[in-house]
Amino acid sequence: MNTVVAQLQRQFQDYLVSLYQQGFLDNQFTELRKLQDEGTPDFVAEVVSLFFDDCSKLINSMSRSLERPENVDFKQVDSGVHQLKGSSSSVGARRVKNVCISFKECCDVQNREGCLRCLQQVDYEYKMLKTKLQDLFNLEQQIVQAGGAIPQVNIN
Amino acid sequence: MTVGDLSSSPSSSRELHVLAVDDSFVDRKVIERLLRISACKVTTVESGTRALQYLGLDGDKGSSTLKDLKVNLIVTDYSMPGLTGYELLKKIKESSAFREVPVVIMSSENIQPRIQQCMTEGAEGFLLKPVKLADVKRLKELIMRSGEPEDETKHSCPKRILQDDTDSSTSTLSSSLDVSSLDDDTPSSKRMKLEPRAHD
Repeated sequence: MNTVVAQLQRQFQDYLVSLYQQGFLDNQFTELRKLQDEGTPDFVAEVVSLFFDDCSKLINSMSRSLERPENVDFKQVDSGVHQLKGSSSSVGARRVKNVCISFKECCDVQNREGCLRCLQQVDYEYKMLKTKLQDLFNLEQQIVQAGGAIPQVNIN
Repeated sequence: MTVGDLSSSPSSSRELHVLAVDDSFVDRKVIERLLRISACKVTTVESGTRALQYLGLDGDKGSSTLKDLKVNLIVTDYSMPGLTGYELLKKIKESSAFREVPVVIMSSENIQPRIQQCMTEGAEGFLLKPVKLADVKRLKELIMRSGEPEDETKHSCPKRILQDDTDSSTSTLSSSLDVSSLDDDTPSSKRMKLEPRAHD
């Protein structure tokens, strides 16, 4: 029983570290994990869930704004990118945030094609992160169910 | 509007009650948790307008049941649709009921003129987003050290912007950042500007 927990903990640790190493997550995610404890074991999952809902909503509305080439509401797109950048920054979603930086630049020069590319990329990145974090949370759950504690992982 | 602990018992008088204003649902959840974990009572609202309503400053006679409302700190995002954090700050400082309450502005953008504008208008401090636990802890210490508003002699104190670290540089971001992560790893000295009140 002990080795199962140890194995799962090891798996969790390695997976989490790899997410940082591959640039999916940054230090802010570490900060969020600090805010989670036995009393609030789902805090991080809840916050990222809100974030993913935000992504979906904002991507949809920006998509609509970019739809017709002759009538793009760049102000609306800019507002959407700003919000997305903000919330991705708040949860440590590094890749999503970085796409937002490029996205904003395209918006600033009213480059519709560039915006569409960024939109597609941001959609891809948030969905990818969602999958990765789901795997991470599943590992967490398995550890808890096996009677173990979630490891504190130090990322430098 | 999410309301934190509604109890107004005398024993909670030493606990800071913070009003957090942010239009981002994600950020509200995070700031609320940051403050709760730092032993503060928290009320979150999603706009400057809602904040004014909560404080009874919106001019609506119906919402002024606020004789006992105790707010020790207001933390607000800068960029919000409708009333910006700066406009909210001004309204708070114009009010007789709440002008003594410290107001801290949060922003994802490190824009010096904006920070200066807020400090000049009477903001207690400025936090660069994303907000971290250390930021909130430091903020709380500063607010609690300042003591009760009634004892303040702050009007006679010169305002000062305090870097919270030994790093004396006041320029924008550290040059050790790589291009792809503009907001990452900003050293804490650049993340937060706070001015002490009467007590240094």
